[in-house]
Amino acid sequence: MSETIKINIRDLNLHAGKNHILKNVNISVPKNKITVILGPSGCGKTTLLKTLNRLTDLNPEIRVTGSIQIDEEDILHTTSDIHDIRKRMGLLSQRPYPLPMSIFNNVAFGLKISGRRRKKILHKRVEHYLRQASLWDEVQHRLREPAISLSIGQQQRLCLARGLAVDPDIILADEPTSALDPVSSAAIEEKFIELKNNYTIVVVTHILRQARRIADHVVFMYMGEVVEQGPAAEILHNPQMEKTRQYLNGAFY
Amino acid sequence: MKERPIGPKIFSLNRYLKDRVGETWMIIAFVMVLLLPFIVGAGLYLKSRILLQEHSIWTLLVSGNWNPQKGEFGLAPFIVSSLWVTALAVLIAVPVSLLSAIHLTQYARKWFLNAMHPVIDILAGLPSVIYGVWGVLVVVPFVKRLAEWFDISVSGYSILAGAIVLAIMIIPFILNILIEVFRTIPEELTEASLSLGATHWQTIKRVLLRKAVTGIISAVVLGVSRAFGETIAVLMVVGNVVHIPKGAFQPGYPLPALIANNYGEMLSIPRYEAALMLSALVLFSVVLLFNFASRIAIVQFEKRV
Repeated sequence: MSETIKINIRDLNLHAGKNHILKNVNISVPKNKITVILGPSGCGKTTLLKTLNRLTDLNPEIRVTGSIQIDEEDILHTTSDIHDIRKRMGLLSQRPYPLPMSIFNNVAFGLKISGRRRKKILHKRVEHYLRQASLWDEVQHRLREPAISLSIGQQQRLCLARGLAVDPDIILADEPTSALDPVSSAAIEEKFIELKNNYTIVVVTHILRQARRIADHVVFMYMGEVVEQGPAAEILHNPQMEKTRQYLNGAFY
Repeated sequence: MKERPIGPKIFSLNRYLKDRVGETWMIIAFVMVLLLPFIVGAGLYLKSRILLQEHSIWTLLVSGNWNPQKGEFGLAPFIVSSLWVTALAVLIAVPVSLLSAIHLTQYARKWFLNAMHPVIDILAGLPSVIYGVWGVLVVVPFVKRLAEWFDISVSGYSILAGAIVLAIMIIPFILNILIEVFRTIPEELTEASLSLGATHWQTIKRVLLRKAVTGIISAVVLGVSRAFGETIAVLMVVGNVVHIPKGAFQPGYPLPALIANNYGEMLSIPRYEAALMLSALVLFSVVLLFNFASRIAIVQFEKRV
């Protein structure tokens, strides 16, 4: 096989209190591809993304077992610094949550907290990543304004720039267009297709058409379990499992 | 489908009448609430006017001479005492409340936060005289010891004792607001910051505290307003000596204590009542101005973050 596996999830189980949320999840995410995780609401897609970024650590009630290997390193059982692990993944959430500071500082945040403070370098990096997120032209004259003064679509691209600025090699996106208008959504989708040459992208969505537009690899989840996964063309056009077929035909959401 | 005909006119008239009456009542109630501060302010002003006609407001506020028998009514000792006690109390209460709120909302487990709520409510609901008695029994001796440690010999009844008692009284109020403030910050914001590689502490310091700034101002304002006006508990431990205090171990005599101790007692002395009303007016105006100022600050900050 020509493709390399970037993220390898093996026997992942997640309990929150008494609820068994992720059940024996095994997923292989190919490098430099867009992997779309499809499934109805409440099937554990978002939880899965948070587990990848170890944000589940925040909730003491959550227990995680199994392994998640990224570049051969098991991030669930590792001696590496958790903050370095998180920096390897840029996170884009359902709605944009700009940090309570200026546009410039939102992008510079990740650089500043890891100790890079030289003004000139910061400015160059911020411009670079704002350009990457196709936002530079719109905001170059208002970098000092608060980030919340931007439109929602711009905010989401700002969040993308902010995530790229910590130089990750993976982008995790949790229904990144669900709060956006069609034009902004299309901009984000195009961006993903452009970015996949340099990044491995995991997108959670329940929009089938979006999956058809951008997916290289599809994982279908239902009730915390992986039902089926494989190349997009196979899963979307010729699913093997009954559940997947029903979902693709719109039998449930 | 055909609409049902409207009932006999007399019923609908009754209905409209009730509607009008209900509406009018609400407006009256609303206007009364709206007017209350003005009525209180105007009453205090009218009662203190005689004094203001004889002396300029400025001399009354900055003069340290308080000799009612000689007709000298300098309010400076009381104003300075009030400022001392309030500032010290807020200085103690705000950091304690802020750190507790951060711990309870960011680090502690949920059940612990839930268990804390009734504790905070009980603290907030205790009658202030209880805090006063407790202050006399515990805080005053503590301050005396503390002063001895610095080689200062005092009774313990002091600005500092008043400030400590006050701080303990306002902590539950400030803490309650702060917990709410931190709880309403969306979890996704924390997650966004963490996902960029920030540590938990960096996230709190650079993101959550910034986001919470308007709420923190509101909490501080509430604390200051309560502290500035609190009477009984402070009066019991602060010493009530008329002079301009120059240190935290010295006794003081805050404005509310002045009014509570003297109103109704020595009113045979001419202008005494007017002087007390004026001090009430000062108290009232300071709290009012402080609230206005904080409103403006909050609006400014809301624009920025």
